[in-house]
Amino acid sequence: MPVRGRVDIDERFCKGCELCVEVCPQEVLALDTESLTSKGYHPVKLTAEIGCTGCAVCAIVCPEAAITVYRELARAAAVPG
Amino acid sequence: MVATKMETLVYGRPESLTEAPTHYCPGCTHGVAHRLIAEILDEMGVREKTIGVAPVGCSVFAYNYFNVDFAEAAHGRAPAMATGIKRLLPDRIVFTYQGDGDLASIGMAEILHAAARGEDITVIFINNTNYGMTGGQMAPTTLPGQKTTSTPNGRDVELTGFPIRMAEVLATLEGASYIVRRSLHDPKNIRLAKKALRTAFETQRQGLGFSMVELLSTCPTNWGLSPLEALRWLEDNMIPAFPLGDYKVAPGVASLAK
Amino acid sequence: MAKELLKGNEAMAEAAIRAGVEAYFGYPITPQTELLEWMARRMPELGRVFVQAESEVATINMVYGAACTGARVMSSSSSPGVSLMMEGFSYIAGTEIPCVIIDVMRGGPGLGNIAPSQGDYNQVVHGGGHGDYHPIVLAPATVQEAIDLTVLVFDLAERYQTIAVVLADGNVGQIMEPAELPPMREVRRASPPWALTGAQGRERRILTSIYLDPYEEEMTNRRLQARWLEVRAKEVRFKASQLEDAEIAVVAFGTAGRVSLSAVHAARAAGLKAGLFRPVTLSPFPYGELAALADRTRGFLVVEMNAGQMFEDVRLAVEGKVPVGFYGRMGGVVPFPDEVLGEIRRMAQGGAEDSGDVRAKWLERLAQAPN
Repeated sequence: MPVRGRVDIDERFCKGCELCVEVCPQEVLALDTESLTSKGYHPVKLTAEIGCTGCAVCAIVCPEAAITVYRELARAAAVPG
Repeated sequence: MVATKMETLVYGRPESLTEAPTHYCPGCTHGVAHRLIAEILDEMGVREKTIGVAPVGCSVFAYNYFNVDFAEAAHGRAPAMATGIKRLLPDRIVFTYQGDGDLASIGMAEILHAAARGEDITVIFINNTNYGMTGGQMAPTTLPGQKTTSTPNGRDVELTGFPIRMAEVLATLEGASYIVRRSLHDPKNIRLAKKALRTAFETQRQGLGFSMVELLSTCPTNWGLSPLEALRWLEDNMIPAFPLGDYKVAPGVASLAK
Repeated sequence: MAKELLKGNEAMAEAAIRAGVEAYFGYPITPQTELLEWMARRMPELGRVFVQAESEVATINMVYGAACTGARVMSSSSSPGVSLMMEGFSYIAGTEIPCVIIDVMRGGPGLGNIAPSQGDYNQVVHGGGHGDYHPIVLAPATVQEAIDLTVLVFDLAERYQTIAVVLADGNVGQIMEPAELPPMREVRRASPPWALTGAQGRERRILTSIYLDPYEEEMTNRRLQARWLEVRAKEVRFKASQLEDAEIAVVAFGTAGRVSLSAVHAARAAGLKAGLFRPVTLSPFPYGELAALADRTRGFLVVEMNAGQMFEDVRLAVEGKVPVGFYGRMGGVVPFPDEVLGEIRRMAQGGAEDSGDVRAKWLERLAQAPN
């Protein structure tokens, strides 16, 4: 199964520039037009719970270092025998 | 027979950046350059022995964003200031961060001579083909035909000459050890830029001489484009005029660049 | 230590070395190049920093950077080079850190010549670079004084976190006289609390001269002014010769002061009650001392190797109580004692030469003079 990841967008820094939106290979990032940061920008948010793989390409392009990226470690199951 | 589910941190904000939100325009690649430098200082473990020199330009307040000792230089004079600092404190990492006006116009003498002397400093040169802070005037890097506020009809080479390619110019100097040009317009090139910046800082750390990384950058506001459109403009127009590549890699540095 | 025959420029260079200067940045320019050359040989010998920069613009900015590390740093230049340094002066002043500059003045304006003058008084004493700031300025008249003031100037710069200048006319730089150098002082190791050294185990520091908020910039200016008031109260220095009963007080600095001293001696021998007030600090200027002198003398004669720059400060001090006459030679011409003696005689006879448009009258006299 595909690796699962998630991102945290820090609204203190995000300026809604959309560089991450454009570059996300999973297309799961978009501006949250329902909300404004304290500076008046629409911040970016994940559009789906499943989709992000934690590839961090968004974090590579982000000019504000606003994005923290996490990836789920593979579920470990004991092998019988 | 325990299923464990844990998360690992793939990317976190570098420690060498402060918590101050930047004043740069949305989508401006200054922020990317800052982030890369901060990541490198973290990875090299040199934050506490680094001293930066800020220019005059959009990044005049760069010192608000890096968690390192910083001096503010007069316009163009950062390489001279950095020389003064490095000569007194040769075991610290000293870098300058400069734009087109600061480095290639008013500071042309200072950058050339710092490179010629082979000062063990690292220069990060942000090339976005205009003077951003003062509202988008012509820079020595403005392209022929490019409209700026001081070339409203497009840069006329008959009257204003041709752009200067700083990486090529500095590469002619024997004192220069690592002179490269990279770009910040997409993830692949940002990764390559980071590698180059790391090599540049390692060049300094090993005492191998003068390093400069020229970074092709966007200026959405003064180009009159959205951040995404600006990246495309860079790719289509700047890369042909300012080819990416390694212009000088001194023998000792070559192994660092792997 | 014993007296040796020393050239002014080299004496000042070695004096700075004995005072523990850690870095010298410079650019060749006559008539002070010997200072740079001395440093080029001695600084590397002692393991200290020497850089010949590409211009005086680069020089002053190297000084600026080096000063940010808290080290004792200096440069030297001459008039056209000092003009190039004015931007740097303003930045260093705005950053409130110390540094030392030696200016060996030559004929001007413009490219001028390499003969001695005092034409940089206004530029150096009254700021020169943009904004409100006051360097401490000391004017030696002899090689010995040049040595002593060069040692003093580093302490003053650091005590007040300011730019301190040794303002020597070209003659002081080039002359050779017996003089004594001080013993070698150890280079200090302690780092001031504001120095940029890398944020090891502490909060990072920023040294800058930009304060975008006008109220913050005003606070910076208030700090600069407050420090300046302290300097004014504590650091005035001057030399007085035969002023107790002088009817004509000659005011002159540097070489003009030496020439005037000879004239004063000759005047006394001729029965004229002349005396010499020789400012050693041009900044802080001895306004108070001159004002007090104005209460007990009949007139002042300012003698300079320029068109009357310190002259204005003397007039300010005297506040019109008594006449203030002026005699100057420009362009690198050094006045002779008999010229100054002639001026003293002229003043002693009274007349309207030393009131009204004093400068115009002086220029007229100059035009009539044989040489």
